[in-house]
Amino acid sequence: MLELKNLVFEVPNGEGGTKRIIDDLSLTIGDDRFTVITGPNGGGKSTLAKLIMGIEQPTSGQILFDGQDVTNLSITARAKLGIGYGFQQPARFKGMKVKKLLDIAAGRKLPMLACNEYLSKVGLCSASYLTREVDKSLSGGEVKRIEIATILARDPKLAIYDEPEAGIDLWSFDRLTETFRDIHAARDGRSIVIISHQERIIQLADEIVLLRDGKVVDTGTPEQLMPQLGFRLTSPGGCPLSSPTELHLTEIPTTC
Amino acid sequence: MTVDLSPIDESLLAEIAGLHGMPKGAFNIRRDGQLVERHNSAFIEISTKTDVPGIDIHIAPGTKGETVYIPVIVTQSGLKDVVYNTFYIGEDCDVKIVAGCGIHNSSHEASEHDGIHSFYLGKNSRVSYVEKHYGEGEGTGERILNPTTNVYMEEGSYCEMEMVQLRGVTSTVRDTNAELAAGSKLVLVEKLLTHDKQTAVSNMKIELKGDDSSVQVISRSVAQDDSVQVFNPLVIGEAACRGHVQCDAIIMGNAKVKAIPGIEAASEDALLVHEAAIGKIAGDQIVKLMTLGLTEEEAEKEILDDFLS
Ligand SMILES: Nc1ncnc2c1ncn2[C@@H]1O[C@H](COP(=O)(O)OP(=O)(O)OP(=O)(O)O)[C@@H](O)[C@H]1O
Ligand SMILES: [Mg+2]
Repeated sequence: MLELKNLVFEVPNGEGGTKRIIDDLSLTIGDDRFTVITGPNGGGKSTLAKLIMGIEQPTSGQILFDGQDVTNLSITARAKLGIGYGFQQPARFKGMKVKKLLDIAAGRKLPMLACNEYLSKVGLCSASYLTREVDKSLSGGEVKRIEIATILARDPKLAIYDEPEAGIDLWSFDRLTETFRDIHAARDGRSIVIISHQERIIQLADEIVLLRDGKVVDTGTPEQLMPQLGFRLTSPGGCPLSSPTELHLTEIPTTC
Repeated sequence: MTVDLSPIDESLLAEIAGLHGMPKGAFNIRRDGQLVERHNSAFIEISTKTDVPGIDIHIAPGTKGETVYIPVIVTQSGLKDVVYNTFYIGEDCDVKIVAGCGIHNSSHEASEHDGIHSFYLGKNSRVSYVEKHYGEGEGTGERILNPTTNVYMEEGSYCEMEMVQLRGVTSTVRDTNAELAAGSKLVLVEKLLTHDKQTAVSNMKIELKGDDSSVQVISRSVAQDDSVQVFNPLVIGEAACRGHVQCDAIIMGNAKVKAIPGIEAASEDALLVHEAAIGKIAGDQIVKLMTLGLTEEEAEKEILDDFLS
């Protein structure tokens, strides 16, 4: 179980003050739960995930994992306790093979068969990927899926996936939702948190958390929240422009 | 076996040439400026030069699938060993050459080995060359390696060279020169790791003289502590040729790396590209591996190992 208590994360705003990215946020994620965090761009979803993983340090507040206070633990220590995070923008490594990255993730040398299975779970259906380097020769969708495969190989007790659908084609996406559904169906004490904007993933959730301006503005089941997220409607397309616009042209720098 | 190799000799040979005991086929092992053991094969003949120290290696036309070993070890301090090794590779060969120099210096005096290697590749021959440089020893004496590599490639020949220096070499100046005739291709891979106060300079001059000749230079290096590296690759295109130089360096601590790219196109059909990137280990790489349970030091080690693999 993960408990976030009054979490605050502030960054300097460049004018001597601070900007609050996560604003006094409290949230509990139980075992065996499939939680989807959604909300507008810039709402603080990735920041929240990084705070949980230990990549960012909160300004104040507390993070408990299975009752243990992990607020001041390193990334490595949290990883060892069973927290995992699939990055929104995965890192690339010159010279490192996909196979090696999966081995590191699993913490042991994996048999080829197991590697192929992880890859096929993210729709990478060719063993030839294992000997490819995780460098810029891989396409965006390929690195993204390899990133997800590393979390599958790691098999953490709490897995956070940050927009796993981003940049992924429809076929791989189908395979991926199936994979998430399978993990969830196993109900073996693992929790999945997925940061997503995708209706098909949101539908799978036990609980949806709506995050805006660094705050949890609503939580509920898909039935409760889907209508309010607007998925019920056929998408209106684009956003309504307020008129007159609230932009002040003088505030837009013209030097860049 | 008549030859007497000490445990230090054996471990140096294993490090630089992957050798455990004497190899099969043609080889020449040199220690402290002296010949230790030599063996010819049916198609490969090694003979001692008469004018300067060193050997001539003649590989008969059409020789395929053979490997020649010519490792050098230096275990005596205060020794400056200069050696000229010249390879004459006939037409239509396909061979592998394993060179390398290991220095074990346990005194305060400098040990130096300067190997001047020349390769004449006959038409349509393929050569794969591996050279490892390595230094060790508890002494404060400098371990100096200044290799010169000259490659002359005839039409349609192909040469791939991997030159590696990982650890232990106090100072190195590497000079690599190549001339390529029509349709020949050279792939040069250089891997370098320097640490403490070591210095490394790598100069390259590659002349693409024939149409459809091409060169690919891949340099990967890691500079740690207070070490300094300078790269000076120059590619000259005199025909309808292609050249690609890629220098990638990771700097750590107070180390400095300087890459001075040089490309000269003397033909309007020459296509030459130079890419250089110097920087720290990307933070996102370390963080990713830490989220997979590695410590920061472990993550750094994995990243460097694979970068130089
Ligand atoms: N270290 C930082 N310094 C300054 N601003 C930051 C920092 N980290 C995050 N932010 C800002 O915090 C806000 C939240 O960012 P975050 O990446 O968490 O959003 P998100 O909800 O994941 O958005 P998206 O849906 O686009 O991925 C953004 O406005 C971002 O610019
Ligand atoms: Mg995000």
